[in-house]
Amino acid sequence: MNFQNIVNEIEKVDPEVYDRFDSRRNAMKKFANLSGKLALAAVPMAVASMFSKAYGQTPAEVNNVLNFALTLEYLEAEFYNNIVGSAGFLTAPSAAQTALTNIRNDENKHVAFLKSVLGMAAVAKPTFDFTGGSGSGTGPFAGYLANYDVQLAMAQTFEDTGVRAYKGQAANVKSNRVVLTAALNIHSVEARHASHIRQMRRGRNNVIPAGQTVKPWITLKETGIDFPAANAAIQKSYDGEEVTTQAGVNILNLGGSFNTAAAASQGFDEPLTREQVLSIVTIFIAP
Amino acid sequence: MSKMISSKDEIVHPHGSNISQVSRRKFLGYAGAVAGFAAVAAACNKDDDDDNDGVNLGSGDVGILNYAYALEQLEAAFYERVVSSFYSGASDLEKEYLTDIRNHEVGHREFFKAAITAAAPSQIIPALEVDFSSINFNDRTSVLGTAKAFEDLGVTAYNGAGQLLSTSGNGPTYLLLAGQIVSVEARHAALIADLISNGTFASYANSDPNGLDQARTPAQVLDIAKSFIKTKINASNLPS
Repeated sequence: MNFQNIVNEIEKVDPEVYDRFDSRRNAMKKFANLSGKLALAAVPMAVASMFSKAYGQTPAEVNNVLNFALTLEYLEAEFYNNIVGSAGFLTAPSAAQTALTNIRNDENKHVAFLKSVLGMAAVAKPTFDFTGGSGSGTGPFAGYLANYDVQLAMAQTFEDTGVRAYKGQAANVKSNRVVLTAALNIHSVEARHASHIRQMRRGRNNVIPAGQTVKPWITLKETGIDFPAANAAIQKSYDGEEVTTQAGVNILNLGGSFNTAAAASQGFDEPLTREQVLSIVTIFIAP
Repeated sequence: MSKMISSKDEIVHPHGSNISQVSRRKFLGYAGAVAGFAAVAAACNKDDDDDNDGVNLGSGDVGILNYAYALEQLEAAFYERVVSSFYSGASDLEKEYLTDIRNHEVGHREFFKAAITAAAPSQIIPALEVDFSSINFNDRTSVLGTAKAFEDLGVTAYNGAGQLLSTSGNGPTYLLLAGQIVSVEARHAALIADLISNGTFASYANSDPNGLDQARTPAQVLDIAKSFIKTKINASNLPS
Protein backbone atom coordinates (compact mmCIF):
# COMPACT_ATOMS: atom_id res chain seq x y z
CA MET A 1 0.00 0.00 0.00
CA ASN A 2 1.99 2.96 -1.29
CA PHE A 3 0.58 6.29 -0.20
CA GLN A 4 2.00 8.12 -3.17
CA ASN A 5 0.32 5.73 -5.54
CA ILE A 6 -2.91 6.00 -3.65
CA VAL A 7 -2.94 9.76 -3.82
CA ASN A 8 -1.95 9.63 -7.45
CA GLU A 9 -4.84 7.30 -8.08
CA ILE A 10 -7.25 9.53 -6.24
CA GLU A 11 -5.96 12.58 -8.03
CA LYS A 12 -6.89 10.96 -11.33
CA VAL A 13 -10.53 11.01 -10.35
CA ASP A 14 -10.37 13.98 -8.02
CA PRO A 15 -7.72 16.54 -8.97
CA GLU A 16 -8.59 18.69 -5.97
CA VAL A 17 -8.01 15.94 -3.46
CA TYR A 18 -5.75 18.06 -1.26
CA ASP A 19 -8.09 21.00 -1.21
CA ARG A 20 -10.84 18.77 -0.03
CA PHE A 21 -8.88 17.83 3.03
CA ASP A 22 -9.55 21.36 4.25
CA SER A 23 -12.96 20.18 5.25
CA ARG A 24 -13.32 16.78 6.76
CA ARG A 25 -17.05 16.78 6.01
CA ASN A 26 -16.46 17.55 2.35
CA ALA A 27 -13.68 15.01 2.13
CA MET A 28 -15.86 12.30 3.57
CA LYS A 29 -18.73 13.16 1.27
CA LYS A 30 -16.44 13.20 -1.72
CA PHE A 31 -14.80 9.92 -0.93
CA ALA A 32 -18.17 8.34 -0.32
CA ASN A 33 -19.01 9.28 -3.89
CA LEU A 34 -15.78 7.72 -5.07
CA SER A 35 -16.35 4.46 -3.30
CA GLY A 36 -17.52 2.80 -6.46
CA LYS A 37 -14.28 3.63 -8.20
CA LEU A 38 -11.74 2.84 -5.52
CA ALA A 39 -10.87 -0.20 -3.48
CA LEU A 40 -11.22 0.18 0.25
CA ALA A 41 -7.47 -0.10 0.57
CA ALA A 42 -7.09 3.03 -1.50
CA VAL A 43 -8.42 5.29 1.20
CA PRO A 44 -6.18 8.11 2.34
CA MET A 45 -5.35 8.59 5.94
CA ALA A 46 -7.73 11.49 6.54
CA VAL A 47 -10.60 9.21 5.72
CA ALA A 48 -9.08 6.25 7.47
CA SER A 49 -10.64 7.56 10.64
CA MET A 50 -14.01 6.48 9.25
CA PHE A 51 -12.74 2.94 9.43
CA SER A 52 -11.42 3.03 12.94
CA LYS A 53 -12.83 -0.39 13.62
CA ALA A 54 -10.49 -1.76 11.00
CA TYR A 55 -7.57 -0.13 12.73
CA GLY A 56 -6.58 -0.68 16.34
CA GLN A 57 -5.80 2.88 17.32
CA THR A 58 -8.49 5.50 17.50
CA PRO A 59 -8.44 8.46 15.16
CA ALA A 60 -7.95 10.68 18.20
CA GLU A 61 -4.73 8.89 19.14
CA VAL A 62 -3.43 9.01 15.61
CA ASN A 63 -4.38 12.68 15.32
CA ASN A 64 -2.53 13.44 18.55
CA VAL A 65 0.63 12.00 17.06
CA LEU A 66 0.09 13.82 13.79
CA ASN A 67 -0.45 17.10 15.63
CA PHE A 68 2.70 16.52 17.64
CA ALA A 69 4.55 15.98 14.36
CA LEU A 70 2.90 19.06 12.87
CA THR A 71 4.07 21.16 15.80
CA LEU A 72 7.65 20.06 15.21
CA GLU A 73 7.34 20.71 11.49
CA TYR A 74 5.92 24.19 12.21
CA LEU A 75 9.00 24.79 14.33
CA GLU A 76 11.45 23.60 11.71
CA ALA A 77 9.68 25.33 8.84
CA GLU A 78 9.50 28.69 10.59
CA PHE A 79 13.11 28.39 11.68
CA TYR A 80 14.31 27.87 8.11
CA ASN A 81 11.89 30.48 6.79
CA ASN A 82 13.49 32.92 9.22
CA ILE A 83 17.10 32.09 8.44
CA VAL A 84 16.86 31.84 4.66
CA GLY A 85 17.71 35.33 3.48
CA SER A 86 18.95 36.44 6.93
CA ALA A 87 22.21 38.35 7.40
CA GLY A 88 23.98 35.24 8.69
CA PHE A 89 22.68 33.08 5.86
CA LEU A 90 23.89 35.59 3.28
CA THR A 91 27.47 35.09 4.48
CA ALA A 92 27.29 31.38 3.50
CA PRO A 93 28.58 29.98 0.20
CA SER A 94 25.98 29.55 -2.51
CA ALA A 95 25.91 25.74 -2.23
CA ALA A 96 25.08 26.07 1.44
CA GLN A 97 22.36 28.61 0.71
CA THR A 98 20.86 26.27 -1.86
CA ALA A 99 20.92 23.34 0.58
CA LEU A 100 19.25 25.34 3.34
CA THR A 101 16.66 26.61 0.91
CA ASN A 102 15.89 23.06 -0.23
CA ILE A 103 15.57 21.91 3.37
CA ARG A 104 13.31 24.90 4.07
CA ASN A 105 11.12 23.85 1.16
CA ASP A 106 10.92 20.25 2.42
CA GLU A 107 9.86 21.41 5.88
CA ASN A 108 7.20 23.71 4.47
CA LYS A 109 5.88 20.81 2.42
CA HIS A 110 5.78 18.64 5.53
CA VAL A 111 3.68 21.30 7.27
CA ALA A 112 1.29 21.53 4.35
CA PHE A 113 1.09 17.76 4.09
CA LEU A 114 0.32 17.18 7.76
CA LYS A 115 -2.20 20.03 7.79
CA SER A 116 -3.93 18.55 4.79
CA VAL A 117 -4.04 15.15 6.44
CA LEU A 118 -5.43 16.51 9.70
CA GLY A 119 -7.86 18.91 8.09
CA MET A 120 -10.01 20.60 10.71
CA ALA A 121 -8.20 18.64 13.44
CA ALA A 122 -4.89 20.38 12.77
CA VAL A 123 -3.49 22.40 15.66
CA ALA A 124 -2.66 26.05 15.05
CA LYS A 125 0.95 27.12 14.70
CA PRO A 126 2.40 28.19 18.05
CA THR A 127 4.20 31.48 18.46
CA PHE A 128 7.88 30.63 18.34
CA ASP A 129 10.82 32.28 20.03
CA PHE A 130 13.96 31.09 18.27
CA THR A 131 16.15 32.90 20.76
CA GLY A 132 15.25 30.02 23.07
CA GLY A 133 13.78 32.46 25.57
CA SER A 134 10.32 30.92 25.96
CA GLY A 135 8.74 34.01 24.47
CA SER A 136 10.99 36.61 26.07
CA GLY A 137 12.96 37.11 22.86
CA THR A 138 16.14 37.28 24.92
CA GLY A 139 17.19 33.62 25.10
CA PRO A 140 20.67 32.22 24.47
CA PHE A 141 20.20 32.10 20.70
CA ALA A 142 19.39 35.82 20.45
CA GLY A 143 21.37 37.07 17.50
CA TYR A 144 21.03 33.80 15.58
CA LEU A 145 19.80 35.63 12.50
CA ALA A 146 23.18 37.28 12.10
CA ASN A 147 25.32 34.25 12.98
CA TYR A 148 25.55 31.52 10.35
CA ASP A 149 27.39 29.05 12.58
CA VAL A 150 24.73 29.35 15.25
CA GLN A 151 22.08 28.83 12.57
CA LEU A 152 23.77 25.57 11.53
CA ALA A 153 24.12 24.44 15.15
CA MET A 154 20.41 25.07 15.70
CA ALA A 155 19.50 23.36 12.43
CA GLN A 156 21.50 20.28 13.36
CA THR A 157 19.84 20.10 16.76
CA PHE A 158 16.35 20.55 15.33
CA GLU A 159 16.91 17.89 12.67
CA ASP A 160 18.43 15.34 15.02
CA THR A 161 15.63 16.00 17.50
CA GLY A 162 13.04 15.57 14.77
CA VAL A 163 14.53 12.23 13.79
CA ARG A 164 14.35 11.04 17.38
CA ALA A 165 10.84 12.39 17.83
CA TYR A 166 9.34 10.60 14.82
CA LYS A 167 11.07 7.39 15.85
CA GLY A 168 9.50 7.64 19.28
CA GLN A 169 5.99 7.94 17.82
CA ALA A 170 6.11 5.16 15.24
CA ALA A 171 4.57 2.57 17.53
CA ASN A 172 1.74 4.97 18.38
CA VAL A 173 0.49 5.01 14.79
CA LYS A 174 1.45 1.43 14.11
CA SER A 175 -2.03 0.17 13.43
CA ASN A 176 -2.72 2.79 10.78
CA ARG A 177 -0.48 1.57 8.01
CA VAL A 178 -0.88 4.59 5.77
CA VAL A 179 -0.06 7.05 8.52
CA LEU A 180 2.85 4.94 9.71
CA THR A 181 4.41 4.76 6.26
CA ALA A 182 3.94 8.48 5.67
CA ALA A 183 5.58 9.19 9.04
CA LEU A 184 8.50 6.93 8.16
CA ASN A 185 8.82 8.68 4.82
CA ILE A 186 9.15 12.02 6.63
CA HIS A 187 11.45 10.56 9.28
CA SER A 188 14.10 9.48 6.78
CA VAL A 189 14.02 12.88 5.10
CA GLU A 190 14.77 14.53 8.44
CA ALA A 191 17.71 12.16 8.82
CA ARG A 192 18.97 13.13 5.37
CA HIS A 193 18.74 16.79 6.36
CA ALA A 194 20.63 16.09 9.57
CA SER A 195 23.34 14.28 7.63
CA HIS A 196 23.86 17.22 5.30
CA ILE A 197 23.78 19.89 8.01
CA ARG A 198 26.38 17.88 9.90
CA GLN A 199 28.59 17.74 6.82
CA MET A 200 28.22 21.50 6.43
CA ARG A 201 29.22 22.01 10.05
CA ARG A 202 32.25 19.79 9.69
CA GLY A 203 33.31 21.79 6.67
CA ARG A 204 32.94 25.04 8.60
CA ASN A 205 34.78 23.63 11.63
CA ASN A 206 33.32 26.32 13.89
CA VAL A 207 31.42 26.06 17.18
CA ILE A 208 32.66 22.48 17.61
CA PRO A 209 34.01 21.32 20.99
CA ALA A 210 37.64 20.34 21.23
CA GLY A 211 38.07 16.59 20.86
CA GLN A 212 34.81 16.03 18.97
CA THR A 213 34.45 15.32 15.26
CA VAL A 214 31.13 16.09 13.61
CA LYS A 215 30.08 13.27 11.30
CA PRO A 216 26.83 12.72 9.40
CA TRP A 217 25.84 10.29 12.17
CA ILE A 218 25.67 10.79 15.94
CA THR A 219 28.61 9.56 18.01
CA LEU A 220 27.82 8.63 21.61
CA LYS A 221 25.87 11.56 23.07
CA GLU A 222 28.20 14.15 21.59
CA THR A 223 26.43 17.28 20.41
CA GLY A 224 29.34 18.38 18.26
CA ILE A 225 28.29 21.88 19.30
CA ASP A 226 30.12 24.28 21.58
CA PHE A 227 27.87 27.24 22.21
CA PRO A 228 28.34 27.83 25.93
CA ALA A 229 25.19 29.88 26.47
CA ALA A 230 23.06 26.93 25.38
CA ASN A 231 25.17 23.81 25.73
CA ALA A 232 22.99 22.35 28.48
CA ALA A 233 19.83 22.89 26.44
CA ILE A 234 21.39 21.35 23.33
CA GLN A 235 22.70 18.36 25.26
CA LYS A 236 19.13 17.25 25.99
CA SER A 237 18.69 16.44 22.30
CA TYR A 238 21.58 13.98 22.42
CA ASP A 239 21.33 12.36 25.85
CA GLY A 240 20.56 8.68 25.47
CA GLU A 241 22.17 8.35 22.02
CA GLU A 242 25.17 6.63 23.58
CA VAL A 243 23.54 3.28 24.29
CA THR A 244 25.18 0.08 23.05
CA THR A 245 22.40 -2.38 23.86
CA GLN A 246 19.57 -2.85 21.36
CA ALA A 247 16.49 -4.95 22.09
CA GLY A 248 18.38 -6.70 24.83
CA VAL A 249 21.33 -7.48 22.58
CA ASN A 250 24.70 -6.06 23.60
CA ILE A 251 25.99 -4.88 20.25
CA LEU A 252 29.46 -3.94 21.44
CA ASN A 253 31.99 -6.27 19.77
CA LEU A 254 29.16 -8.27 18.28
CA GLY A 255 30.59 -10.50 15.57
CA GLY A 256 33.78 -8.46 15.57
CA SER A 257 32.00 -5.28 14.51
CA PHE A 258 31.10 -2.28 16.62
CA ASN A 259 34.42 -2.69 18.39
CA THR A 260 34.08 0.69 20.06
CA ALA A 261 31.20 2.24 21.94
CA ALA A 262 31.46 5.15 19.50
CA ALA A 263 30.84 2.93 16.49
CA ALA A 264 28.09 1.00 18.25
CA SER A 265 26.27 4.20 19.18
CA GLN A 266 26.53 5.55 15.64
CA GLY A 267 24.92 2.50 14.12
CA PHE A 268 21.56 3.00 15.81
CA ASP A 269 19.68 6.24 16.36
CA GLU A 270 17.61 6.45 19.52
CA PRO A 271 14.02 7.56 20.09
CA LEU A 272 12.74 10.33 22.32
CA THR A 273 9.38 10.31 24.05
CA ARG A 274 6.87 13.05 23.38
CA GLU A 275 7.54 14.44 26.85
CA GLN A 276 11.29 14.54 26.24
CA VAL A 277 10.80 16.33 22.93
CA LEU A 278 8.43 18.87 24.41
CA SER A 279 10.88 19.60 27.22
CA ILE A 280 13.53 20.25 24.56
CA VAL A 281 11.47 22.55 22.35
CA THR A 282 9.63 24.38 25.11
CA ILE A 283 12.21 27.16 25.21
CA PHE A 284 11.41 27.91 21.57
CA ILE A 285 7.68 28.27 22.15
CA ALA A 286 6.02 31.33 23.63
CA PRO A 287 3.46 30.35 26.26
CA MET B 1 4.78 -9.42 -6.94
CA SER B 2 6.36 -11.84 -4.52
CA LYS B 3 5.62 -14.63 -6.91
CA MET B 4 8.14 -13.08 -9.27
CA ILE B 5 10.83 -13.79 -6.74
CA SER B 6 9.97 -17.41 -6.32
CA SER B 7 9.36 -18.40 -9.89
CA LYS B 8 12.51 -19.34 -11.75
CA ASP B 9 11.08 -18.51 -15.11
CA GLU B 10 10.48 -14.94 -14.15
CA ILE B 11 13.84 -14.24 -12.53
CA VAL B 12 15.48 -12.06 -15.10
CA HIS B 13 18.56 -10.01 -14.57
CA PRO B 14 17.93 -6.31 -15.23
CA HIS B 15 20.44 -6.55 -18.03
CA GLY B 16 18.71 -9.52 -19.53
CA SER B 17 20.77 -12.48 -18.35
CA ASN B 18 19.45 -15.10 -16.00
CA ILE B 19 20.92 -15.26 -12.55
CA SER B 20 23.22 -18.20 -12.19
CA GLN B 21 21.44 -21.18 -10.75
CA VAL B 22 24.67 -23.05 -10.16
CA SER B 23 25.87 -21.51 -6.95
CA ARG B 24 22.74 -20.64 -5.14
CA ARG B 25 23.42 -23.21 -2.45
CA LYS B 26 26.92 -21.93 -1.83
CA PHE B 27 27.22 -19.40 0.89
CA LEU B 28 30.01 -17.06 1.76
CA GLY B 29 32.07 -18.01 4.75
CA TYR B 30 30.66 -15.52 7.19
CA ALA B 31 30.99 -16.43 10.84
CA GLY B 32 28.21 -18.77 11.71
CA ALA B 33 27.85 -20.25 8.28
CA VAL B 34 27.89 -23.71 9.75
CA ALA B 35 24.94 -22.88 11.95
CA GLY B 36 23.41 -21.28 8.91
CA PHE B 37 23.41 -24.53 7.01
CA ALA B 38 21.44 -26.19 9.75
CA ALA B 39 19.08 -23.25 9.77
CA VAL B 40 18.48 -23.23 6.04
CA ALA B 41 17.62 -26.87 6.17
CA ALA B 42 14.97 -26.07 8.73
CA ALA B 43 13.79 -22.86 7.09
CA CYS B 44 13.42 -24.47 3.71
CA ASN B 45 12.07 -27.70 5.02
CA LYS B 46 8.87 -27.70 3.08
CA ASP B 47 10.66 -26.65 -0.08
CA ASP B 48 13.26 -29.39 -0.04
CA ASP B 49 11.92 -31.03 -3.14
CA ASP B 50 11.71 -27.76 -5.04
CA ASP B 51 15.13 -26.24 -5.56
CA ASN B 52 13.69 -23.28 -7.39
CA ASP B 53 12.42 -21.60 -4.27
CA GLY B 54 15.87 -20.73 -2.93
CA VAL B 55 16.24 -19.30 0.56
CA ASN B 56 12.85 -18.70 2.09
CA LEU B 57 12.66 -15.59 4.26
CA GLY B 58 9.74 -17.09 6.11
CA SER B 59 6.61 -15.43 7.39
CA GLY B 60 5.47 -12.98 10.03
CA ASP B 61 7.76 -10.69 11.94
CA VAL B 62 10.65 -13.14 11.70
CA GLY B 63 10.26 -13.06 7.94
CA ILE B 64 10.64 -9.28 7.98
CA LEU B 65 13.71 -9.59 10.21
CA ASN B 66 15.19 -12.09 7.76
CA TYR B 67 14.40 -9.65 4.95
CA ALA B 68 16.29 -6.90 6.77
CA TYR B 69 19.09 -9.35 7.57
CA ALA B 70 19.40 -10.21 3.89
CA LEU B 71 19.72 -6.54 2.93
CA GLU B 72 22.22 -5.84 5.69
CA GLN B 73 24.27 -8.82 4.54
CA LEU B 74 24.37 -7.29 1.08
CA GLU B 75 25.39 -3.85 2.32
CA ALA B 76 27.95 -5.20 4.79
CA ALA B 77 29.60 -7.43 2.19
CA PHE B 78 29.78 -4.49 -0.19
CA TYR B 79 31.44 -2.11 2.27
CA GLU B 80 33.79 -4.82 3.54
CA ARG B 81 35.00 -5.14 -0.01
CA VAL B 82 35.18 -1.35 -0.48
CA VAL B 83 37.22 -0.82 2.68
CA SER B 84 39.55 -3.76 2.04
CA SER B 85 41.01 -1.82 -0.89
CA PHE B 86 39.74 1.70 -1.50
CA TYR B 87 39.13 2.98 -4.99
CA SER B 88 41.91 5.03 -6.44
CA GLY B 89 41.90 8.65 -5.43
CA ALA B 90 39.81 8.13 -2.28
CA SER B 91 40.30 11.10 0.04
CA ASP B 92 41.03 10.68 3.73
CA LEU B 93 37.54 11.96 4.51
CA GLU B 94 35.97 9.45 2.14
CA LYS B 95 37.99 6.64 3.69
CA GLU B 96 36.91 7.71 7.17
CA TYR B 97 33.25 7.83 6.20
CA LEU B 98 33.27 4.58 4.23
CA THR B 99 35.00 2.82 7.11
CA ASP B 100 32.40 4.14 9.52
CA ILE B 101 29.62 2.95 7.23
CA ARG B 102 31.28 -0.46 6.93
CA ASN B 103 31.30 -0.68 10.73
CA HIS B 104 27.63 0.28 10.92
CA GLU B 105 26.51 -2.17 8.25
CA VAL B 106 28.53 -5.08 9.61
CA GLY B 107 27.09 -4.23 12.99
CA HIS B 108 23.55 -4.21 11.60
CA ARG B 109 24.16 -7.58 10.00
CA GLU B 110 25.51 -9.07 13.20
CA PHE B 111 22.69 -7.51 15.21
CA PHE B 112 20.03 -9.13 13.05
CA LYS B 113 21.86 -12.41 13.19
CA ALA B 114 21.90 -12.28 16.98
CA ALA B 115 18.32 -11.00 17.28
CA ILE B 116 16.85 -13.59 14.92
CA THR B 117 18.88 -16.35 16.50
CA ALA B 118 17.48 -15.33 19.87
CA ALA B 119 13.89 -14.99 18.67
CA ALA B 120 13.61 -17.89 16.24
CA PRO B 121 16.83 -19.89 15.92
CA SER B 122 15.31 -22.39 13.51
CA GLN B 123 14.13 -19.71 11.10
CA ILE B 124 17.21 -17.58 10.47
CA ILE B 125 18.34 -17.47 6.87
CA PRO B 126 21.93 -18.45 6.07
CA ALA B 127 24.68 -16.20 4.82
CA LEU B 128 23.87 -15.15 1.27
CA GLU B 129 26.24 -15.31 -1.65
CA VAL B 130 26.68 -11.92 -3.25
CA ASP B 131 27.55 -11.04 -6.82
CA PHE B 132 29.56 -7.84 -7.18
CA SER B 133 30.88 -8.66 -10.63
CA SER B 134 29.21 -5.56 -12.06
CA ILE B 135 31.11 -3.25 -9.69
CA ASN B 136 34.56 -1.85 -10.39
CA PHE B 137 35.92 -1.47 -6.87
CA ASN B 138 38.87 0.57 -8.09
CA ASP B 139 36.61 3.18 -9.60
CA ARG B 140 35.09 5.93 -7.45
CA THR B 141 32.07 6.41 -9.68
CA SER B 142 31.25 2.71 -9.68
CA VAL B 143 31.68 2.31 -5.93
CA LEU B 144 29.79 5.43 -4.89
CA GLY B 145 27.06 4.81 -7.43
CA THR B 146 26.53 1.34 -6.04
CA ALA B 147 26.71 2.65 -2.48
CA LYS B 148 24.02 5.20 -3.27
CA ALA B 149 21.82 2.54 -4.83
CA PHE B 150 22.22 0.27 -1.80
CA GLU B 151 21.61 3.02 0.76
CA ASP B 152 18.56 4.39 -1.01
CA LEU B 153 17.31 0.85 -1.43
CA GLY B 154 17.78 0.25 2.28
CA VAL B 155 15.87 3.39 3.21
CA THR B 156 12.96 2.56 0.96
CA ALA B 157 12.98 -1.03 2.18
CA TYR B 158 12.76 -0.13 5.86
CA ASN B 159 10.21 2.58 5.15
CA GLY B 160 8.07 0.03 3.37
CA ALA B 161 8.60 -2.76 5.88
CA GLY B 162 7.37 -0.91 8.96
CA GLN B 163 3.72 -1.43 8.08
CA LEU B 164 4.33 -5.16 7.53
CA LEU B 165 5.32 -5.77 11.14
CA SER B 166 2.64 -7.00 13.51
CA THR B 167 0.93 -4.62 15.91
CA SER B 168 1.27 -6.97 18.85
CA GLY B 169 3.89 -9.18 20.45
CA ASN B 170 7.37 -8.11 19.41
CA GLY B 171 6.07 -6.13 16.42
CA PRO B 172 6.36 -2.70 18.08
CA THR B 173 9.88 -3.52 19.30
CA TYR B 174 10.93 -4.51 15.80
CA LEU B 175 9.29 -1.40 14.37
CA LEU B 176 11.34 0.76 16.69
CA LEU B 177 14.49 -1.11 15.71
CA ALA B 178 13.71 -0.61 12.04
CA GLY B 179 13.27 3.09 12.77
CA GLN B 180 16.56 3.21 14.64
CA ILE B 181 18.38 1.68 11.71
CA VAL B 182 16.61 3.41 8.83
CA SER B 183 17.60 6.87 10.00
CA VAL B 184 21.23 5.78 10.05
CA GLU B 185 20.81 4.38 6.55
CA ALA B 186 19.29 7.71 5.52
CA ARG B 187 22.29 9.52 7.00
CA HIS B 188 24.52 7.26 4.92
CA ALA B 189 22.38 7.75 1.83
CA ALA B 190 22.55 11.52 2.14
CA LEU B 191 26.30 11.48 2.62
CA ILE B 192 26.95 9.20 -0.33
CA ALA B 193 24.67 11.30 -2.53
CA ASP B 194 26.58 14.40 -1.46
CA LEU B 195 29.93 12.74 -2.21
CA ILE B 196 28.68 12.06 -5.71
CA SER B 197 27.11 15.48 -6.18
CA ASN B 198 27.06 17.89 -3.27
CA GLY B 199 23.57 19.05 -2.36
CA THR B 200 21.70 15.97 -3.57
CA PHE B 201 21.19 14.56 -0.06
CA ALA B 202 17.41 14.58 -0.31
CA SER B 203 16.72 14.88 -4.00
CA TYR B 204 13.75 12.49 -3.96
CA ALA B 205 12.00 14.47 -1.22
CA ASN B 206 12.97 17.77 -2.84
CA SER B 207 10.99 16.82 -5.90
CA ASP B 208 8.15 15.09 -4.06
CA PRO B 209 5.11 17.32 -3.68
CA ASN B 210 4.81 16.39 -0.01
CA GLY B 211 8.54 16.38 0.73
CA LEU B 212 8.46 12.66 1.50
CA ASP B 213 11.01 9.92 1.00
CA GLN B 214 10.03 6.74 -0.81
CA ALA B 215 8.87 3.37 0.47
CA ARG B 216 9.16 0.10 -1.44
CA THR B 217 7.60 -3.31 -0.94
CA PRO B 218 9.86 -6.33 -0.34
CA ALA B 219 9.09 -7.55 -3.86
CA GLN B 220 10.18 -4.24 -5.36
CA VAL B 221 13.31 -4.14 -3.22
CA LEU B 222 14.35 -7.72 -3.91
CA ASP B 223 13.73 -7.26 -7.60
CA ILE B 224 16.35 -4.49 -7.54
CA ALA B 225 18.72 -6.29 -5.16
CA LYS B 226 18.70 -9.61 -6.95
CA SER B 227 21.33 -8.65 -9.50
CA PHE B 228 23.77 -8.41 -6.58
CA ILE B 229 22.71 -11.60 -4.80
CA LYS B 230 23.47 -15.02 -6.26
CA THR B 231 21.44 -16.82 -3.65
CA LYS B 232 17.86 -16.92 -4.77
CA ILE B 233 15.53 -15.37 -2.21
CA ASN B 234 11.95 -16.46 -1.79
CA ALA B 235 9.85 -13.71 -0.22
CA SER B 236 6.50 -15.28 -1.00
CA ASN B 237 5.61 -15.93 2.64
CA LEU B 238 6.29 -12.40 3.89
CA PRO B 239 3.36 -10.40 5.25
CA SER B 240 1.78 -8.04 2.77
